[in-house]
Amino acid sequence: MSRPGRDDAPDRLYTLTGGRSRSGPDNPFDLVTLVVAECDPVPGMQSEHAAILRLTERPTAVVEIAAELKLPISITRILLSDLQAVGRVSARHPRKAAVPDPDILEQVLVGLRNL
Amino acid sequence: MDSATSETRTETVDETRAPLGASADNGLKIVVVGGFGAGKTTMVRSVSEIRPLNTEETMTQAGEAVDDTSGVSGKTATTVAFDFGRITLDAHNVLYLFGAPGQERFWFLWDRLFSGTLGAVVLVDTRRIDDSWYAIDRLERHGTPFIVACNDFGGDTFTPQQIREALDLDPHVPLVNCDARSRESSKIVLITLVEHIQSLYADPARAPRQELV
Repeated sequence: MSRPGRDDAPDRLYTLTGGRSRSGPDNPFDLVTLVVAECDPVPGMQSEHAAILRLTERPTAVVEIAAELKLPISITRILLSDLQAVGRVSARHPRKAAVPDPDILEQVLVGLRNL
Repeated sequence: MDSATSETRTETVDETRAPLGASADNGLKIVVVGGFGAGKTTMVRSVSEIRPLNTEETMTQAGEAVDDTSGVSGKTATTVAFDFGRITLDAHNVLYLFGAPGQERFWFLWDRLFSGTLGAVVLVDTRRIDDSWYAIDRLERHGTPFIVACNDFGGDTFTPQQIREALDLDPHVPLVNCDARSRESSKIVLITLVEHIQSLYADPARAPRQELV
């Protein structure tokens, strides 16, 4: 089974992000942040950016984008924050709390029971 | 890769790319952790609405600071691949299930990648109970709610008491049997976990304080 990114030329990943290899701790994109495109791809756009915009016509989680593009999570997060910085995607972050919201837990249970 | 995939399903492009509804706005995480071959991917597949996807992350165990020494940092980096699936719960909530390797060397994944998870299912192969020791220890220390599910591989059967003793399991932690290939059985495992999380937080004296990273 092929592992995304592993055997790709490292040069490609380097070029994709302009040499940045790591999304910093201030990068807000969680694995399950849902990303939504705010515009269509335009000619001349970096192909990965265009691919992200096509993928996110409907809400799509960061981890799904990474898997579809066969890119490591950290590289995907960098690309997403670049796109967000220029308003091309918006992000719906998970509601993080030290204690889970009882209403959300109930909704999860109802959803699972209805499967 | 896990090989316990005795249930085969026809994989179609549509199944992979089934888009979420436009109103989806809250991603939730549950992690299925277990040793090699315990059936993590099988369980994710049996309840997921998409064919499980695989992705990877490169991380360093020593933390961010090490990476500042660019050039040599590559030597300390470890690449971890993991599978995941998805369950749309309602118009807003989407649950992602992650199959996480349970071995000691992968545990730095938890702190950074799986922070904020609702809880975890420790999937146990009763033929290799020792594989789960470390996972349970880390979950307890991390304050992550979890249950233990014994995947039925048709080997010797143990009484729940024997398994609890072998795992040195806290009496409050639910222990269930399951068949990870079965959608209904895996669904019951997830419901058991969420009910357990509910009961934990309903009792402030026992509520875990999960460290948020």
